[in-house]
Amino acid sequence: MSTDAAAGPGGRRTLRAPAWKRRRRPLLPQQWRRPMAIVGIVVIVFWLVIAVLAPLVAPYDPLAQEFARLAPPSAAHWFGTDVLGRDVLSRTLYGSRISLPLSLILVLASMVIGSVVGAIAGYFGRVVDEVIMRIADLVFAFPTIILAMIVAASLGPSLLNAVIALLVVSWPSYARVMRSLVLSARGQEYVVAGRLLGAGTVRSLGRDILPNVAAPVLVLATLDFGNAILLLSGLSFLGLGAVPPTPEWGAMVSDGVQQFSSWWLAAFPGLAIFTVVVAFNFVGDALRDALDPRTAEAVSEVSV
Amino acid sequence: MSRVGRGQADGLTESPGADAADWRGLRIGGLTLSVRGKDGPSEILRGVDLRVPAGEVTGLAGESGSGKTMTGLAVCGLQPAGALVRGTVELRGERMLVPNVLSLRSRELNRVRGREVAMVFQDPTASLHPMISIGGQLTDHVRHHLGMSKQDAREHAVSLLERVHVPRPREALSRYPHQFSGGQLQRIAIASAIACAPSVLIADEPTTALDVTVQAGVLRLLRELCDDLGLAVLLVTHDLAVMSSVADTIAVMHDGAIVEHGDRRQVIRHPRNDYTRSLIESLPKTPPPGAGPYDEELTDAR
Amino acid sequence: MTSLPSSSDVELAATGTSRAGRRRHPLLRYVGIRLGISVLLLIGVTIVTFVLSNLVPADPVQAALGERAAGDPKIVAAFRAQQGLDKPVVVQYFIYLAHLLQGNLGTSTQTHNPVARDLAVAFPATAELALFVLVFSIVIGLGLGLIAALRHNRLSDQVIRVFSLVGISIPTFWLALAFFYLFFYVLGWAPGTGRLDPATTPPPTVTGMYTVDALLAGQWDTFADALAHLVLPGAVLTLYTVGLLIRFSRSGVLDVLSQDYVKAARAKGLPARAVVFRYILRGALLPILTIVGLAFGSLLSGTVLTEQVFGWGGLGQYAYKSATTLDLPAVMGVGVVVGIVYIAINFAIDVVYGFIDPRVRVQ
Repeated sequence: MSTDAAAGPGGRRTLRAPAWKRRRRPLLPQQWRRPMAIVGIVVIVFWLVIAVLAPLVAPYDPLAQEFARLAPPSAAHWFGTDVLGRDVLSRTLYGSRISLPLSLILVLASMVIGSVVGAIAGYFGRVVDEVIMRIADLVFAFPTIILAMIVAASLGPSLLNAVIALLVVSWPSYARVMRSLVLSARGQEYVVAGRLLGAGTVRSLGRDILPNVAAPVLVLATLDFGNAILLLSGLSFLGLGAVPPTPEWGAMVSDGVQQFSSWWLAAFPGLAIFTVVVAFNFVGDALRDALDPRTAEAVSEVSV
Repeated sequence: MSRVGRGQADGLTESPGADAADWRGLRIGGLTLSVRGKDGPSEILRGVDLRVPAGEVTGLAGESGSGKTMTGLAVCGLQPAGALVRGTVELRGERMLVPNVLSLRSRELNRVRGREVAMVFQDPTASLHPMISIGGQLTDHVRHHLGMSKQDAREHAVSLLERVHVPRPREALSRYPHQFSGGQLQRIAIASAIACAPSVLIADEPTTALDVTVQAGVLRLLRELCDDLGLAVLLVTHDLAVMSSVADTIAVMHDGAIVEHGDRRQVIRHPRNDYTRSLIESLPKTPPPGAGPYDEELTDAR
Repeated sequence: MTSLPSSSDVELAATGTSRAGRRRHPLLRYVGIRLGISVLLLIGVTIVTFVLSNLVPADPVQAALGERAAGDPKIVAAFRAQQGLDKPVVVQYFIYLAHLLQGNLGTSTQTHNPVARDLAVAFPATAELALFVLVFSIVIGLGLGLIAALRHNRLSDQVIRVFSLVGISIPTFWLALAFFYLFFYVLGWAPGTGRLDPATTPPPTVTGMYTVDALLAGQWDTFADALAHLVLPGAVLTLYTVGLLIRFSRSGVLDVLSQDYVKAARAKGLPARAVVFRYILRGALLPILTIVGLAFGSLLSGTVLTEQVFGWGGLGQYAYKSATTLDLPAVMGVGVVVGIVYIAINFAIDVVYGFIDPRVRVQ
């Protein structure tokens, strides 16, 4: 970036950019070179490829019940077969086509809904703010999965209903973050100046505020992705999400509860969940570090 | 340990005052400091030479990022973790002679700082712990360094608060920072700094975060303490107006090195260095007493 | 942009009290406000559970009576009248609220027991598990979080961080299963499912928590058995909670570390021990309290899935059973109880806040 070091007196950059400028600086590649982030990205890319190419990669039809039942892992069936004689490897690979897109939809939807609601609360303040935030508090007053369970149960078991149920419980965290970001951005001079120049509400929110609050919300979304997968598969594990014969990871693990002597039933789909979730958490963590001016500047020894 | 001779660079660092053996105060010689940044190591201090004699206020001026705050921190061994520091920081007090603070181990360093060299920070609402009573914060290091009993330390704290003109000192001991104004808090912070009768006091932008109305009072207090206690005061500030009102000599820092050091009138009226001249010319004709802080300054102080 | 080391909550509370009249003690006033908020939230919880169970598209009548009986209009009408389903919704709510205040949570349509009695068994089971986990997690999680923050960006920090990320990434239901398979089925070290061996009689009920009750009754064998049953589900949940606590406490302490008062404390020449325990920990106390509240919430969620694997018979399993069978009184009962517990915990944390933080305590 700068022509640092060696270049004699005056060659060093003299002034550090003020805090707001530094914050908007694009991510430095160094942040991505952290081993944890690399591992995360590799795993995510791996699963994305699997999800796209599942029909080509999977050795068998995930729904075909044509093999010996409950066969342990072997050369023919690396991950063994399940109670109905289906190939666990194929089902695990196909499972990525369910968990990944649905979690993405869930995260995106709750991010959009939560952000819009939170932005409205923060921007308009007063009564609107109070009402919205108290509703958010109420949702927070219930443990996530219990509330989601009740909603999912009343809607009836299906993957779509599970997503809706989780949407109900997951928007408030975005709303809270967005609200506090908008609250602090609203008072900034450039926003006030924009309004004085005659920018309307939409313009002010969209052009002056949104670009400055987007990054933290995106980090939250990345960190939330793993959580979304855990919750979705958790609901399916309870039988409130995917219905048979869908090869969903959580539902496959719950097959393992019935037949727990056949460890391979649950081990592999569970491992699949774990790898995806931990990958997203690794990446999210690195992203947060990169974007957080506190950890990046103040503590990590670059304070001048 | 290479002893960097005084006034080495270009004769600019020579300070008023004798070089006799009974000389007291703080002497910084060839101080360099570099940190590992994102784009490789960057040098923040590149050979600072400065003498802060006892009984004088030495001003250290310079723009943000010139390294003046880092100089103050390095003297107390408070440089950021992982920073590479070289040079000498010599401390000559009544009780203690420290040839080089920088070469001390952390245990020894803790015996020096707070006791021989103390520091006052920019924002007293941030530098005093919000959840510890004033009494607690005025006595903990006194008891640690001087081994006073709790009762003695409290009596000592009362006299300290009287010394810095905090009203109703006895009551103040059981109160908490949020119950005081910024100006009062800075006086309390100064009281805490002088509690162990140090020989050197480093004041890092001590008035920048304060209301304009109380700035003068705090500066007057610093001057008073310097004269009465024979303190060697290093006053770090970007504000030349503040500087010219209290400092005996002014050192101007630019890009990690001292470019000029001399009597305050000389530096302000007849600057020898181009950079100093531009710094002075950038002042408004009638300088407002203490311009407000900028966030650059805040990050600077971190 | 001066940064007070406080969450916005604290600042709000502080300004709230400073604006208040000087007649009443600020702490009392603060606690009063918090209590008011908690009561309002409680009412909100009853409304939410009530509305939720009324919005259910699936027909609870059919779920409760089965298809044959649901075909008979007489039986249906009688059932609706008995459950008060024939009255206007608002009236239904106030009837529900009145019953609630008398401790009457209705009768489960599945177990045909009063819901309150069912919950009296299930709640202590979950509480026992949750408390067991919370104690261990707080000690381990906060300790590791503190170490990670103090050794920021060094090897130990990285290791602790990876550990924490792994902890929160493992699906609890899967880990529960894996532990059960390994330690019960393969190694035979751990006892089977449930809270006690089938052969052991539960200790006389005092708190409903078997370990505590066994101790109170002096039944050492029962105590050992109950404790042995706690270990596996406890370990599963502890791993997750520790991961969470490390994450939050690390960033909480990092926040404190960048405060000027830490630098000032070091400049005073205080030994490292004093700086950490007197200045850093005290500064991190408030965020840590908040974290513990959060951990408790996530713990309750975690128990639902873990209880399922270990057949724990606690609140989570009860909630699951009643939700899947659309046992409305039971679902509402669980919702209300969980809501009350959650709100009570947060109220308690708020009060402790008030006692700790001089900005709230002292005018």
